[in-house]
Amino acid sequence: MYPENLRYTKEHEWVRVEGDIGTIGITDHAQQELGDIVYVDLPKTGTRVEQGNTAGSVESVKAVSDVYAPVSGEVVEINQALTDAPEKLNEDPHGEAWLMKVRLSQPAEVSALMSAAEYQAYIAAEKGAEK
Amino acid sequence: MRYLPKSDSERREMLDTIGVGSVEDLFSHLPEAVRLHPPLDLPPGISEYEIVDYFRDRAAENANGQACFLGAGVYRHFRPVLVDTVISRGEFLTSYTPYQAEISQGTLTTIFEFQTMICQLTGMDVANASMYDGSTAMAEAAMMAVRATGKGRVLVARSVHPEYREVLRTYSENQGMPVVEFGYQGEMGTIDLDDLERQMDDLTGAVIVQSPNFFGIVDRVREAGEIAHRRGALLILVFTEAVSLGLLQPPAEADIVTGELQSFAISPSYGGPFAGVIATRERFVRQMPGRLVGETVDTNGHRAFCLTLATREQHIRREKATSNICTNQALLALMASVFMTVYGKQGLRELAEQNLAKAYYLAGRVKRRFCGKSFNEFVVRVEGRAPDDVNRALLRKKIIGGLPLGRFYPELADTMLLCATEMARRADMDAVAEVLA
Amino acid sequence: MIDRVRPHISINEPLIFERSSPGKVAYQLPELDVPPVDSREALGAENVRDEIADFPEVSEVEAIRHYTRLSTYNYAIEYGTYPLGSCTMKYNPRVNEQVARLDGLAWAHPYQPEALAQGSLEIMARLEAALAEITGMDAVTLQPAAGAHGELTAILLMRALLAKRGNPRKKILIPDSAHGTNPASAAIAGYAVQNIRSTEHGTLDIAALQQIVNEDVAALMVTNPNTLGVFEENIMQAAEILHSKGALLYMDGANMNALMGIARPGDFGVDALHLNLHKTFSTPHGGGGPGAGPVAVKKALEPFLPAPRLKRAGKKWAWDYKRKQSIGRVRAFYGNFGVLVRALAYILANGGPGLRKVTLDAVLNANYLRKKLEPYYDLPYPYPSMHEVVFSDSRQAKQGVRTGEIAKRLIDCGFHPYTVSFPLIVQGALMIEPTETETKRELDRFAEAMIEIAQEVETDPQLVKTAPHGTRTSRVDEVAAARKPVLRWKP
Repeated sequence: MYPENLRYTKEHEWVRVEGDIGTIGITDHAQQELGDIVYVDLPKTGTRVEQGNTAGSVESVKAVSDVYAPVSGEVVEINQALTDAPEKLNEDPHGEAWLMKVRLSQPAEVSALMSAAEYQAYIAAEKGAEK
Repeated sequence: MRYLPKSDSERREMLDTIGVGSVEDLFSHLPEAVRLHPPLDLPPGISEYEIVDYFRDRAAENANGQACFLGAGVYRHFRPVLVDTVISRGEFLTSYTPYQAEISQGTLTTIFEFQTMICQLTGMDVANASMYDGSTAMAEAAMMAVRATGKGRVLVARSVHPEYREVLRTYSENQGMPVVEFGYQGEMGTIDLDDLERQMDDLTGAVIVQSPNFFGIVDRVREAGEIAHRRGALLILVFTEAVSLGLLQPPAEADIVTGELQSFAISPSYGGPFAGVIATRERFVRQMPGRLVGETVDTNGHRAFCLTLATREQHIRREKATSNICTNQALLALMASVFMTVYGKQGLRELAEQNLAKAYYLAGRVKRRFCGKSFNEFVVRVEGRAPDDVNRALLRKKIIGGLPLGRFYPELADTMLLCATEMARRADMDAVAEVLA
Repeated sequence: MIDRVRPHISINEPLIFERSSPGKVAYQLPELDVPPVDSREALGAENVRDEIADFPEVSEVEAIRHYTRLSTYNYAIEYGTYPLGSCTMKYNPRVNEQVARLDGLAWAHPYQPEALAQGSLEIMARLEAALAEITGMDAVTLQPAAGAHGELTAILLMRALLAKRGNPRKKILIPDSAHGTNPASAAIAGYAVQNIRSTEHGTLDIAALQQIVNEDVAALMVTNPNTLGVFEENIMQAAEILHSKGALLYMDGANMNALMGIARPGDFGVDALHLNLHKTFSTPHGGGGPGAGPVAVKKALEPFLPAPRLKRAGKKWAWDYKRKQSIGRVRAFYGNFGVLVRALAYILANGGPGLRKVTLDAVLNANYLRKKLEPYYDLPYPYPSMHEVVFSDSRQAKQGVRTGEIAKRLIDCGFHPYTVSFPLIVQGALMIEPTETETKRELDRFAEAMIEIAQEVETDPQLVKTAPHGTRTSRVDEVAAARKPVLRWKP
């Protein structure tokens, strides 16, 4: 269900590291919670983001969710396809609907994130805790 | 009581259903310390006839039947009878905000038409469904420009309505949004472009100009736009006399057009309620405050309308919203829509032309203070006595004169602002000219 | 057999632009009694516009039909109840419409000489006094145009007072049950917002408040009764805690319909509040406005009120602009005068004893509905309800049906929905406020419809999930509207 080659955050973002570039997105769980996505707001290329701080937001009709950067670095590319087709986020959140690519400033941060198995367990526990 | 539609026996039945002895039991959980014991010190309720009498007496204590040459942000125009006929329908008058689209297509459709007509009039791409009034719309437009540019400084012309500038100051004081004024040119009455150029800097997010300005003069909007854009600021154009849009199209240099629609069949009503509007370019739509109605389809593929882009608003974004606005001025916007429909393409132009002709006639018979081109208002030089004395003399002829400007512009204490709309009568204008001579 | 009230469903009225034909007119202006003027010469050719492209061109007959037909797609208080929690959709008395239209009031120019505006000034003075009496406060401003505007004004007032005392402070405490305008208004006033969680009873957490209030806190914004319709029994304690640390208590007065003649905010420690004249005081909602949001304050805040203020000059009223400590204007001119007239007419019609009866009947109606619906809908906070009651959809959610869908099915039964999904502290809220102007018969109809829907959820949930079925438009696609916004008509 959740790709093994991604690392996950408690705020339901993922990152895929290739060399010094981290590709960032939101998880399938996040897109399900939000419902039909209507708009994606991304930082401009060149922006510096910091792990845990907001880096854009994702909107459905009735809700806005901040995206928190899973890693720190400089935004080198954003996914333009999402401007015209935000619904891609509902269809392929772990693949085609990546949000942005960041040049990592602190690669060591990644090891603190959750593996696919850990994330799976985390969202199962969250669901159990809900009333 | 006629608005409380239950009989005592029905109340009794309901109390029995609930399982309490009296309605006071429903309040017994309130702490004694908060309970009000003496009854409210207000007289008992009165009949409908007495209510009408009370307000008739009050109305009689106001001006009645005088000709009036006041403008200055609130204008006397004919109100087509159809306006009240339409807005008095319970479905428009008493209905709620159209959050439930399937049961509010009437309101949503009229707002969509309103948004369209405002775009047609202003040449902008998108307009919202109304703000409280022109003054708060201007303040919100400034905040919008600051959000869009990321630059917090605002420049506003002194020839913008003084009370609008006061409101801007109140709004901006707590937001780290410095507001600086630039002057007007003493001969023409238009903005002082040199002063604007001097005060302009790279930290400025918005330049605000009114046209026709507070002095009634068609201002140098294009030039102001060039100066603003060169330094990365947005140009906000303000209008207070919506009828001017029948002849004057806001120039393309404007990034945001904002103003007051009171002239479109909204009664002067001692200053409110009115209807402000913000119109802008498509690329700024997500920074816009206020409600927006969008076109969509229903499950059968038929055209329908709904509130949209609500994620900008307070009920979703809360403290990060583009504005705190919730209630707007929907009914007044509907009045304006009916007005625009009744006058239509031809009528709005003819109406504006009549305003121009009336004001031209009066201006030609008095001493104008500024020589810039004006629409239906202009500043008159009063010689030999105080403007208040002129107005006293006019009142004896059952005419309410213009607004003495000394209260807002000390350097113009010997002038008054006169307005002549399509309602002004030649005989009254002759009387004004005579007294001013 | 539930009798159903349904707006018109079969007329297909196009947009006014689609109705237009070149040359049609719905107006006639009188002949000019002065010479016409060449607009290009008078205004400068470069300023004069071309024709207003695609502006409407219809006759008077088409205009009146257009708007009449569109109106039938709406609902109205005059058809039946709007059980919208937090909105107080009571009957809008028609005599109020008549008096607001009296020429002397409707045509009054805000700059006309005060001697010729005494009627308007007397109306405003009388309303200020009445609202002060109803709320137990010392002074009232009628400038704000709506509730949110009033909130902003009040926060600016509190800031001014605290600044005068030496420290404007940094943040405002807002319960997680609050209306969205509360934090939005605080943000515009330049304050940081700190959320304060409600207790498991849904009320103000006094212990938490005690912990959080310090010299950085300017005020707590509270709604009382709160957005669950429950009276904040510890409100006086909250006021003490705040005042002991030099902070202030603000009350969102949206729920004033539960308190008139029973309790007064000024008596239970509130320093400032706003009122919604379009809620408690019967002025029409008009499809989304206008409203008016007067702010009532205690003496300490009076010097900071927006200028000008009414003052007595001999036997007359006058505007006093010499208000050195005023926070300034929050709008041009004096207030939504036309709305103020309607509110005063309402107060005159009811009188002191009458307003108390309004509150009694409002609370009776809400509790009656609560009793009838309790067996069918989950009541997450089972504490005494005042003028509104909040259920949750947790029982229906087991069948996969949520509050928004139940609301749509209610439309099929001939009612406007209740307030959906607010307050946020209730999962899947159904917020119901009948107001005092509902008949027992209408309440019974409404309860029957809600019970019928609860039963449908068990036997045929799909029917509810795909509602409404009997309206002019079926379920509207809000997702498409947000993804590709089309915000105007184009030819």
